[in-house]
Amino acid sequence: MEFLLQPLTLLTFFPFVGILILLFIPSDNKTALRWTALGTALVTFGISIWVLTMFTASNPSLQLVAKYDWITVAGWNIQYHLGIDGLSILLVLLTGFLTPISILSTWTAVEERVKDFMIFFLLLEVGMLGVFLAQDLFLFYIFWEFTLVPMYFLIGIFGGPRRIYAAVKFFLYTMAGSILMLLAILWLGIYGQTFSVPDLIAQHNIPVNIQWWLFLAFTAAFAIKVPMWPLHSWLPDAHVEAPTAGSVILAGVLLKMGTYGFLRFNLPMFPEAAVKAAPWIALFATIGIIYGAAVSYAQADVKKLVAYSSVSHLGFVMLGLFAMNKEGIAGAILQMINHGLSTGALFLLVGMIYEQTHTREIKVYGGLWKITPIFGSIMLIVSLSSMGLPGLNGFVGEFTILLGAFGSKAIGNAWFAAISALGVIMAAVYILYMFQKMFLGPEGSIVEEMKKHGHALRDLNARELITIIPLLIFIFWIGLYPAPFFNLMAPAVSNLVAMLPIP
Amino acid sequence: MISVPVNYYIILSAILFTIGVTGVLIRRNALIIFMSIELMLNASNLAIVAFSSAIKSFSGQIFVFFVIAVAAAEVAVGLALIVEIFKSKRSIDVDQMSSLKG
Amino acid sequence: MHLSETVNIGFFFLAPWLVFFPVIGLLINMIFGHRFSETVIGIVASLASGAAFVVSVLLAWSVAAGGGEAMSVPFAQWIHIGALNLDWTFRVDSLSATMMLVVSGVGTLIHIYAIGYMHEDVRFKNDVGRFQRFFIFLNLFIAAMMILVSGDSYMMLFVGWEGVGLCSFLLIGFWYEMDTLGRSSWANSNAAKKAFIVNRVGDFGFLIAGFIMFYAFGSFQFDEVFKQVHNIAPATIVAITLFMLVGVAGKSAQLPLYVWLPDAMAGPTPVSALIHAATMVTAGVYLVTRSAPLYSAVPQAQNIVAMVGAVTALFAATIAAGQYDIKKVLAYSTISQLGFMVAAVGMGAYVAGMFHLITHAFFKALLFLSAGSVILGMERGHHHLAHAHGHDDHKTKQKFKKGKHAESKEEHHEEEHGEVFDPGDMRNMGGLRKTMPVTFWLYMIGTLALAGIFPFAGFWSKDEILLDAAKAYPVAYYLLAVAAFFTAFYMGRQIWMVFFGEARHAAAAHAEESPRVMTVPLMVLAALSVLGGALNLPGVHTLTNWLEHTVTLVEHEGQVASWLDVSWGGLNPYVALLSTVLALLAIYFSWLIYGRNPLKAGQIDPLKKPLGAIFTGMENKWYVDEIYQAIILTPYTKISYFLADVIDWKFWHDFVHETVIAGTYNWISNIALNDYADQKGIDAFANWLGTATQSFSATLRKVQNGFVRSYALSVLLGVVFIIGYLILK
Repeated sequence: MEFLLQPLTLLTFFPFVGILILLFIPSDNKTALRWTALGTALVTFGISIWVLTMFTASNPSLQLVAKYDWITVAGWNIQYHLGIDGLSILLVLLTGFLTPISILSTWTAVEERVKDFMIFFLLLEVGMLGVFLAQDLFLFYIFWEFTLVPMYFLIGIFGGPRRIYAAVKFFLYTMAGSILMLLAILWLGIYGQTFSVPDLIAQHNIPVNIQWWLFLAFTAAFAIKVPMWPLHSWLPDAHVEAPTAGSVILAGVLLKMGTYGFLRFNLPMFPEAAVKAAPWIALFATIGIIYGAAVSYAQADVKKLVAYSSVSHLGFVMLGLFAMNKEGIAGAILQMINHGLSTGALFLLVGMIYEQTHTREIKVYGGLWKITPIFGSIMLIVSLSSMGLPGLNGFVGEFTILLGAFGSKAIGNAWFAAISALGVIMAAVYILYMFQKMFLGPEGSIVEEMKKHGHALRDLNARELITIIPLLIFIFWIGLYPAPFFNLMAPAVSNLVAMLPIP
Repeated sequence: MISVPVNYYIILSAILFTIGVTGVLIRRNALIIFMSIELMLNASNLAIVAFSSAIKSFSGQIFVFFVIAVAAAEVAVGLALIVEIFKSKRSIDVDQMSSLKG
Repeated sequence: MHLSETVNIGFFFLAPWLVFFPVIGLLINMIFGHRFSETVIGIVASLASGAAFVVSVLLAWSVAAGGGEAMSVPFAQWIHIGALNLDWTFRVDSLSATMMLVVSGVGTLIHIYAIGYMHEDVRFKNDVGRFQRFFIFLNLFIAAMMILVSGDSYMMLFVGWEGVGLCSFLLIGFWYEMDTLGRSSWANSNAAKKAFIVNRVGDFGFLIAGFIMFYAFGSFQFDEVFKQVHNIAPATIVAITLFMLVGVAGKSAQLPLYVWLPDAMAGPTPVSALIHAATMVTAGVYLVTRSAPLYSAVPQAQNIVAMVGAVTALFAATIAAGQYDIKKVLAYSTISQLGFMVAAVGMGAYVAGMFHLITHAFFKALLFLSAGSVILGMERGHHHLAHAHGHDDHKTKQKFKKGKHAESKEEHHEEEHGEVFDPGDMRNMGGLRKTMPVTFWLYMIGTLALAGIFPFAGFWSKDEILLDAAKAYPVAYYLLAVAAFFTAFYMGRQIWMVFFGEARHAAAAHAEESPRVMTVPLMVLAALSVLGGALNLPGVHTLTNWLEHTVTLVEHEGQVASWLDVSWGGLNPYVALLSTVLALLAIYFSWLIYGRNPLKAGQIDPLKKPLGAIFTGMENKWYVDEIYQAIILTPYTKISYFLADVIDWKFWHDFVHETVIAGTYNWISNIALNDYADQKGIDAFANWLGTATQSFSATLRKVQNGFVRSYALSVLLGVVFIIGYLILK
């Protein structure tokens, strides 16, 4: 009992309670299934808020630790070890926040196999929370791989026409990177006599030349997940085929697992190697920013456009992380949240229109703002947030990242930041292109097409508004008054920066 | 009291057993085969009891009780099977029961 | 400590309300607007803007009462992380107070005007519901502009800077489903997008300037930055100021980023007046003035700024002389006048620049709004005609009785088939002096002020700029003087074409005067255009003294020609006389060409023949849009598509992933391993094993006959055999 009542254990595994209840609800009682899943997700979010109230922002170290011996055999020392600190709390909250929203978005979108869907979704939440809370490498790896399975089924069962292809690609791609990470984890566990991340960081005795290989092995896993250019090829497939809720979680949380991995493992465990790698990572991040933005602009499919914009946005996050100063890293953490909010919202909105029109081709739309004014206005705000308009959340993140990267000693020159700032212009190009072609201009052919079939485009209904408005609140809140968010992470970030041997 | 020599019992037992074996081998009616099996069992019972009294030990008689009990159980199962087979095949001719033919 | 004490004196605490009032206004209209009548919406929005004006007046008064001391009004934290400390802090000093007054003052007048203008505009364009949206955007603009002018740091300024860019986008694309003639088209939304993206190019420059500044000065806060100017290497400051110039060029429509402003005329006319003439586009001028300590420290950068301004002034003026659209002429005129201002602040003549900014806000807003009045007058005339036609046609007669809605729909329908009427084309106008007398006189005042005729406002401000240029930057002076000549010329051309001569289109003949709600704000602006010069009359220098509290003026060293040294309280008679003569000469020329022999319907521009290719260039804006299309837009689009379709999809996604990785894996697993090693090796052996077993058991199978008795017999034989063996052993 004591084990289960640890706040973090409770938080991570609470969705299992919901899964248990779901198992006993008949599959054709869809309403009950949906409400149960939503209720579970909401309670989980409530627990994450409860964790937040117990969290001391001024304390940079791990808090609310739950630690038990788990597998101790033959000199191996694997523990059940959960903990939370300033680097992860916002991501945990984001996970708790986005899951109920995603579930709410499936209300009418998922009609077949609702039970399976909800069970997979809650399983996914367990995995994601576990990834952000695990402080033992072995445990982390289990959660990390665990998230793949429900996502595989979410794409493979509930996705679009090429769902199997996308699901398999997603699975294999991620798996390929993870294997290298597993090797590195085993090496660390044997070499350091422990799998505990804080202990390994404290030991800090890995020779630099070995650090380099371990760094690369972890990077392989995380860079694919982020995804960093040029390992992004699975992302458009997965996003295009995934159901709306899957895309939201994929963009909102799963991608963050990659950047979080860099933050939690690569930087503090292999500081020397990380500092050495910083210019290279910054180079790839910069290419990703520019490349993602340019490629986005040329997409005909709106979901693909948003998917490629993620490559660009996550490039900013990577640039910030490897700027290795407080501004850069804090900006990167905030940008992870921002990207989860704005890109999540974009996918939600695209899903809402897709539900009505069943097409994602940009060119058939046009003039929607006139037909659906509320939808158009919300889309405008979200788009502006995504392109980093000051006063909205995107700007705060991008600005601090670019500022950090511009003067970063680890990256060593200002060019990467300056070129990345071009991404600000390019973001305006593709976002405005999308907004214009869908919402401005003359009425698109889809309106006529729908009329022919006796349908008319409707504006957002109450449920859809409830889904999207919480995101809007945060978009404005972070944009105008980000202080509470920065305060949560600042001590941990300072602590991390102090650990890095920056020249 | 004149006791019958044990040889007589053995001979009787052997005769009964042989009749049983012959019955099993040559008859086609499952019930008859069943009865023949009972005959064989009782033949062996007779032999056991005879030896038991000859060597003055009760263990043989105990064995016989077991054999009778098992035989009763076997009859129950066997008759049930025969009834079932009769239900499905309308016959209890063992030559028609060759589904296991390789 | 010091701060909190002084904040209590005066009304400085009101500073945040500059932003809150418009925001409250827009929220009220957003939430309750659909229940309000148009008048109420307009009044709410105007009151919000008017309240901001009242606050501005109180703040300006407070600054004056406090002896011109700059005041910071902290409001909230913004971004505090690491060395970065950004706050929402308002700065009230004489410079920002001036801007606040201009923005909210002109803004409020335009709000009132827009009530009348939009009332008709939304009806001509068949979407009455959009009235509400217009005022929401307009209030949002005032809020953003207030953040821009009242921010205490470069980054807060930047928030407003991008905010006004957004509003500009929204308002240019206000009629996003049509073009300027009301036809279904992408044109207006394209113009909006173009404006935003070009502005973003400028913002990129601003951001880079900000980054360099942060690492050089450690702060974005104005005072913090300015007090360290002398400790910083000039090269760094040159870099900062030049990158900032990119931002200025974007926002204030200077070469080479001016291209968005002419297209921005797609927005409703009040927008052109407020955003694209009076306020937003002057933000760049404000920025340079605000950064005066930085610019003054590096003459090289000042040179470049001044030259950019001067060249833009002339370049745009030449284009303006070849345009036919009444608003396009004014748009290029705005670019040209902004060039004057930028040149002025570049030369270090900050007060002259600001002075021209203010007077320009008056007379250009006046001109635009009057142009709007002209356009609506033409629309009314055209409408009138359509109505008359309707009466002749028996079939449509019925529909007209149903009301205005059906009527305008019919008109729309008609337009789709017939030739489209352009109410803004000056070639359709002519003789409007008679039908729209009030507008004519207002337009005249604006024109004279813009042309720089004594004693209108433009004369004083333009003269100050020319004088400063003559003293320090002869090249800039020549350029600006020629530009001033062109200014008077194209304004004269416009007056002759629009108001004199004969009506060249039936609509012009039937044009109607605008209602009071539109003309009264215009009269106020006209009064300001006449009297605006009083702000900084030679010898009195009210504005100079006022701005001196904030902007440190730098006197130019060195010898100047003796005729330039003459000063009548700051006014040089020769420069003033020369520019007035030039302006009058230009107006005379324009009369010769356009006034003496008024244009006939369908006649080509009389300048076209003598100037030939040059005029074609002017007409076509020197093909700058086409050049940009060719060297930037098309290549960017092509590269994007190449990257997306060829590199990312065909090469990376399909070729590398599908063909190389998945293909190789398939080949290895299928052909190499499956076919050869597995099928022909391991599998073949296993198969042989199987076949062998099969044939062996086939023989044995015969034993298995299924007869229980035969099995029993075998058992018996076995038993007999074993027993026999045991016995015989």
